[in-house]
Parts: sequence; structure tokens; C-alpha cells
Amino acid sequence: MDFFDRFAVPHPSFLIYASMVGIGLTMIAIVLGITYFKKWGYLWREWITTVDHKRIGIMYLLVALLMLFRGGVDAVMMRYQLSMPDNTFLDSQHYNEVFTTHGIVMILFMAMPFITFFFNYLIPLQIGARDVAFPRLNALSFWLFFMGMGLFNISFIVGGSPDAGWTSYFPLANNEFSPSVGTNYYMIAIQIAGLGTMISGINFITTILKMRAPGMKLMKMPMFTWSAFIANVIVVFAFPVLTVLLALGTMDRLFGTNFFTTDNGGMDMLWANLFWVWGHPEVYILILPAFGLYSEIIATFARRNLYGYKSMVVSMVVISVFSFLVWTHHFFTMGQGAFTNSIFSITTMAIAIPTGVKIFNWLFTLWKGKIIFTTPMLYSMLFIPLFTLGGVTGVMLAMSAADYQYHNTMFLVAHFHNVIIPGVVYAMIAGLTFYWPKMFGFMLNERIGKWTAWLMSVGFVLAFIPMYITGLDGQARRMYTYSESTGFSMLNMVSFIGAGIMAISFALLVYNIYYSIRYASRDIGNDPWDARSLEWATHTPVPEYNFAITPQVASTQAFWDAKKNGHELFKGKIEKIHMPNNSGWPFILGCIFFVFGFAMVFSIWPLAIVTLIGILGCLVYRSFEKDHGRYISVEEIEETEAKLRGAKK
Amino acid sequence: MKIKVKWALLTMIFTIATVLTGCEPLLVLDPKGPQAKTQADDIMLSILLMSGIVIVVLAILVFVLIKYRASNQKDDYEPPHIEGSALVEAICIGIPVVIVIFLSFVSVKSNYEVEATPAAYEDTEPLIVYASTSNWKWHFSYPEEDIETVNYLYIPAGRAIEFKLYSYGPITSFWIPQLGGQKYAMADMVTTLHLAADNPGEFMGRNANFSGAGFAKNTFEVTAMSQADFDEWVEEVHETATPLTEDKFEELLEPGHLGRSTYTGTHLEFSPAPEHNHGSTESEVDHSEHENHDSNHSDEESDHAHH
Repeated sequence: MDFFDRFAVPHPSFLIYASMVGIGLTMIAIVLGITYFKKWGYLWREWITTVDHKRIGIMYLLVALLMLFRGGVDAVMMRYQLSMPDNTFLDSQHYNEVFTTHGIVMILFMAMPFITFFFNYLIPLQIGARDVAFPRLNALSFWLFFMGMGLFNISFIVGGSPDAGWTSYFPLANNEFSPSVGTNYYMIAIQIAGLGTMISGINFITTILKMRAPGMKLMKMPMFTWSAFIANVIVVFAFPVLTVLLALGTMDRLFGTNFFTTDNGGMDMLWANLFWVWGHPEVYILILPAFGLYSEIIATFARRNLYGYKSMVVSMVVISVFSFLVWTHHFFTMGQGAFTNSIFSITTMAIAIPTGVKIFNWLFTLWKGKIIFTTPMLYSMLFIPLFTLGGVTGVMLAMSAADYQYHNTMFLVAHFHNVIIPGVVYAMIAGLTFYWPKMFGFMLNERIGKWTAWLMSVGFVLAFIPMYITGLDGQARRMYTYSESTGFSMLNMVSFIGAGIMAISFALLVYNIYYSIRYASRDIGNDPWDARSLEWATHTPVPEYNFAITPQVASTQAFWDAKKNGHELFKGKIEKIHMPNNSGWPFILGCIFFVFGFAMVFSIWPLAIVTLIGILGCLVYRSFEKDHGRYISVEEIEETEAKLRGAKK
Repeated sequence: MKIKVKWALLTMIFTIATVLTGCEPLLVLDPKGPQAKTQADDIMLSILLMSGIVIVVLAILVFVLIKYRASNQKDDYEPPHIEGSALVEAICIGIPVVIVIFLSFVSVKSNYEVEATPAAYEDTEPLIVYASTSNWKWHFSYPEEDIETVNYLYIPAGRAIEFKLYSYGPITSFWIPQLGGQKYAMADMVTTLHLAADNPGEFMGRNANFSGAGFAKNTFEVTAMSQADFDEWVEEVHETATPLTEDKFEELLEPGHLGRSTYTGTHLEFSPAPEHNHGSTESEVDHSEHENHDSNHSDEESDHAHH
């Protein structure tokens, strides 16, 4: 029985058993549902084997929303636990697992796929391409990411969740202090998902550099594409560090090496350094595409061109460079001395300058505009003041002497939620609302959408502003409970209420999707927002090949100039289009990776070796596979075009 | 209507903040020592400056949103195409640059202050306390006084204290909010934190860095007292407490929580602090060896030797 013991959860509780049953029933329901409606074939042909960037994007979106739900449940559980002193809802072990998975799920399995969804869906459309540069590699990226996500999420019902924090500092994360397999899941699941992210980084850089429509010089790209380009450059520089870091951590845990141990020449601080050499650029990977989305949305609804296009681009480049020069500010208190801290204090504050330029450029875009308050615009306008608040508290944290007091407290927790929620999450929801009609051919309800935005903001303020105060009052982060005498209880209760309101706002978002599917008008044309960039120039829904004729671009806002200034986008006539074939191999390789990961987590070596051979076999097979893609004939394109034009009217 | 909601929201935040700060001062903003004072001053200065920035951005935002919203404009108004102006951009860069230079200056100055013996007590001879953690306790060793305590710390007020921090396990962080900010304690090196208390008083101290299941209750109590009271306490300990043996210390290191306890002797004799200074210059290594030698020397002689 020893063999099976290790799959048991080390600290079971009612909640975990309940979720096991819940997950089991949901799985059965999904399988039965698909079988009943005879959708297995459809699922395989249209989604699992797809190499279409739009469908892959939508699959990323589904994962992101699912993980938003999971991370959100974690968050509400934590806020409830802390809402009263000496609460016994969660014990210390469970609380530690919950905050660890909350962090990882929200950053790596919610925010990352959400932005990757936008990368996938928008980059080829914004640059007038038919797909990404390597469509099949793109499918592999998704399936690696998906399997990493899946592996991570089974941890809490098979073997136990990681519990050493999303930063997993050694020596806490080593076997001595974290004996359960939880941290193995952390090392291996994130590794697999991270490989997917790195591959897609290379893919998007190539796509943007090599596949832009004729006439679209680099300085004529839409702002979102610029932000995506820079973010992916950061991915390609930062993610190898994560890969190496996790590989070394895995070896320390599984094979007894001494990279991060505290004796035998190991160095625990090396983990913290490498983690943040990846981890700090990582937050810019999230925020830059968000800035890109805000730029698109604000320009569209101010009915004006984006103010200071060049300085927007330059500021992002400067931010990307600086993102690699500030990692030490995550541990000013490690004892590296006044000189080192001073340098990193100054570089950190310096990032405020290009970020400030962006804020002012958005304000100047509104200036002399004709502002329309749609839901995406409302999120953007709530973003500006709330994000500014998060930004300036970042400058406060950058003052390293003062940081000795902020570090590891709720003040810090308040700060990074204050930049990530209004910065990234608002952008994701604003972008989702903005591009929803492009994807699905109907708009989300504006009235419900605005209610969602306001509720989310009220909830946000109530949930996170109190944390600044309790942090300054000495409440350390990651404490699973506190005593009455600390005086933290009232503000933590306010925080819980805020978290509850945010949860309601997310429920409202889901309701909005349901409501709009049922009642929204399908007769909205191709350009319901009167938008400015190329992705709105094609049909809704977007045909497989994106554009029947490759567009000719002459300005940063190609579609707007086509509408208002008579630029001609589509010159020439329809020709046959070369498209890639679907393939099941990325999915199969992903599955093998999943089993390999599982075998590694539980140190089942024979299985690990067999699957490793399987992975190599897939790579060898792919190297010799001949697949030249296929052509869509002119007749077929004309037929599709005619149908889409008809559908629009 | 929307603007009203926003103002209602802001008023609410300010009310909450004032009510709370009115009740009882926040620990970090209620400093009881020179280092915490430096940090609290920096914090207040940056809060004021940053509030200014937030208010300016908010004011510009509200202004443009009211002035240029579509319903306040003629139907046939076509917004102009504006590329951006070098002058405006220069101002948008220039003002933040000035602010950042100012804050950098403040930050660097404070860095050197908090990393040194507090200026007000430079003429006092610092008391050296070795503070180490094990899961989930604090051990305080006073090599010169030759005593050791668990989970509580007595210090003389009005004298510089030099904490030598390290850990028998995960990375922890030594933090007494009212005396000054925190610093990490790690298993493979010793870090130094300079603090001082201006007056006698009681303070909360804790480990601020997550270190596993018992982290939340990894706290200690700090009492600052006059030098005379402190000397009296040391004498009393020597008369009443039992010696700390190696076996007893091993027992104390076992994971768990303990109450307060007091011993004569320190664990530094049989389980010395990891003072081998990774990657430091030779002179520093010499210095630390010298220090080690001195403290061992004083332990052996069992009288209060000076270095």
C-alpha cells in the first residue's frame, strides 16, 4: 500500500473531499454531455487539433476564465479566514496551500493565458497576417501550457498542493521543510507551462517581425502589437531563467543536489535572486500588453489618434530594459548593504518615469477628444486613477530604507494587487468586452457591463485600501490568523466585504455573457465600436484566412484612415490562400508531457523514462514528417466572402 | 452621477483612514527609536508627495472627462489629429525626473542611516545581541552578558543595539516595527541590523517572512528599560537561571512553539553563528574572525571582556 499512500492528500479536510466529489461529478457530467450530444468528433476536428490562432486564442481564454474562478475562490477563502481574529475556517497548512496556489494560479494560469489569448487572437489580425509564423508550434504551446495547468490543478486532490508560497524560497521549499509532493508539482507543472510560454514568445516575435502586411513599418504598427512585441521579447529573455531555476530546484528536491541548500556550497539566496530575475520582468510581461489594450480602447472612444505614439513606444522599450535591472528590490532586507540597495532603489524609482509618460499620453489622448463612455472605456477611466495609486505606492516601496518597514507586510500585498487588478485584470475584461463582438458576432450588454465595472471598483477599493493601513500597523502577509489584541479585525472584515463584492462583480460578468448570448442583437456589422485598427477591417465572424486580400497599410490607424481619409486597404484581386493543416500531434505530445510530469512529481522513474522516450520520439517524428499545408481555392474564398457580406446586412 | 459615486468613494476612503489613524497610531508611523523615526519620516514625506501626484492626475482626468465627453459637444465636432509635442513630452518627463531625483537623494541618505549605528547613540558602546530563529521560535544570545533568552528580548534604552541575525531553518525576517524595519535571518550567513530604543517601553516583534506552518505565531516581546534595570536583570538571570546545555538547545530547536525561557551561557559556544561571510573582502573576514575570537574569549573568561 505504500505505493498508493503518497497519492493521498497529506492534510485532508471536508473542503478538499467536497471539491474532489465536485470535480469528479463535473468531469463525469462533461464526458456524458459530450457523448450525449455526439460532440467528440467536433471537439477533435475543430478544437483539439486546430492550428488556427483564433481558436487557440479562445481556448486560452476559456482556461483563463476557469482559473480566474479558481484563484478567486482561493482569494475569498483567504479573506474570510482573516475577516475575524482567531478564525478556524482554515488551519495553517490549508491557508498556506491556498495563498500559494492563489498566487501561482492568478499570475501563471490566469493572467498569462489571458494575455496570450489577446496575443493569439489579435496580433495576426492587427498586422494583416493569415496566422502566426509557426501555427503548429502555437498549438504545441497551448497544449503544453494546458497540461502544465492541469497538472498543477490536480495537486490539491492528488498528493497535496504546494505550500511554500508562490515564491517558494529555499530552504523552506526543500525536502526538509516541505516534505509533501506539493512543491514537486510547483517545480514541474510550472516548468511544462513555462516551456509553452517560451515557445509562443519566439513564435509571436517572428510573426510580428516577418509577417506584417505590406506598408506596415515597425513604427506603423498598432499600439497593442507594439506592446505584445516588447512583452514577448521580455518573455524570451526572462523565461529561460525560470526554466533553469525550476530545473535546478527540481534536482535539489528529487536528486539531492545542493544548488539552493544552506551547506555543501549551496546558496539559498541564489533562488531568491534567480526567481526575481525572472519574476520582475514577468510582471511587465503582464502589464505591457494591458497598456497596449488601454491604448487601443482609449483612442477608439476618445475618437482621436493616440497622443505621442513615438513616446509610447520608447517608454515601453525603456520599461522593458529597466525591468531586468530592479530585481533586488524584492529583497532589500537581505542584507546586501546600503550601496547595493541605493542603486536598486534608484533604478526602481526610475521606472515610474516612462510609466508616468504613458499615463500623461492617455490623458492627452482624451484632451480635445469626443469621449464616449462604453464599458471598455469605463474600465480604462477607472484604471487611470486606481493604477496611479498603485504606481505611486510602488515608488514608496522603492525607497529601500522605508521598505524595511513595508516588506513582507499587507502594504506590499495591497500595492501589487493595486497595480495588477486595475492594471492587468481591468485591461483583460475591458479588452474582452471590446473584442467580444469581433470574436462572437454580438456585443455584451452595456448596462450590465457598466454595473460590473463599478461594482468591481467598489469591491477593489474596499478589499485592498485597508491592507495599506494594516500593513503599516504591523500585519505581516501570509499570516493565517491573528489575535484580537492586534486590532486588525475591523479592517480585515472590510477587506472581506470588498472581496465579496468583487466576487459578485465576476458573477455578474458571467451572467452578462449568458444574458448577451440569449438576448443581444446579432445584427451589428463588422465595426460596432467605430474602431481604428486593422482587425476591424475584416468580417465578423472572422473567416479562417482572416483577410481575403492582404491589406496595404499606410498609417498607424489603417482602418480609421480607410474609413475617413480614403486610404484603400484591399487592392488587387482574390488569389488562392495557403493554410496549415490541423494536427493531433501537439495534443498527443502535451498528453505525454502530462504523464511525464506526473511521473516526475511522484518519482515513478520507469514511467518517467518511458514518457521521456515518447517525447523524444514525437520530436523525431515531427522532424521527418512531411506536411506542406493546403490551399483554399479562389471559388471557396469568394463563396465565403459573399456569405459573410450577406450575413452582415 | 458617476462623478458623484467616485467622490463618495474617495470620501469614504479618507474617512476610514482618518477614523483608524485617529483611534490609535499605526505602529510603523509611531516610531520609538531613531531608525524607525528615519523610516517613518521617509514614509510620511513620500505619502504627501505621492498624494499630490494622485490628486493632479485625478484632477486632469476629471477635467478632460467632463470637458470633452461627447454629450458636452456639438454633434459635428471632429476631434483633431495631434501627433504629440516635444515640449509637452519634455514636461511630462522633466517633472517626474525631478521628483525621482529628490526621492533618490532622500532614499540614499536614509539607506546609509539605517545601515549604521544610530547617529544619536554613536557615542555609546553598542550592545551585541545574536538573534536566531528555529521553527518557530526566537533565540536571543547576549555574548557579553553570557545569557540567552527564548521568545523575549530585554534591551537597554538609549543605547545602540547591534543585532546579528541568522536562522536554523528557513529564511526569516527580524522585525520590531516601532524600533525599525526588518532584515532577513538566513542559515548560511549572519546579517546585521542596527536599532535603538529612545525610551523604556514594550514593543511587538515578529518574524515577518513566511517560514511554514507555525509562521503566524512566530513572535516575540521586546522590553526596553534603563541601563541600570538592564544590568540588574542580567545579574538576576545569572543568579536564578539554569545553564544552556547542548542537549537543552537541541531540544529547543525542535519544531514547535514555546513560551519564554531564560538561560545562562549562550549557544554560540557549541553552535556558533555562520559568520563565514560569503563573497566579502578579506579585511571583513579578518574582522569577523577577530570578533568571533573576542566573543569566545569573553565566554571562556566568563567575565565581561571588551573588544
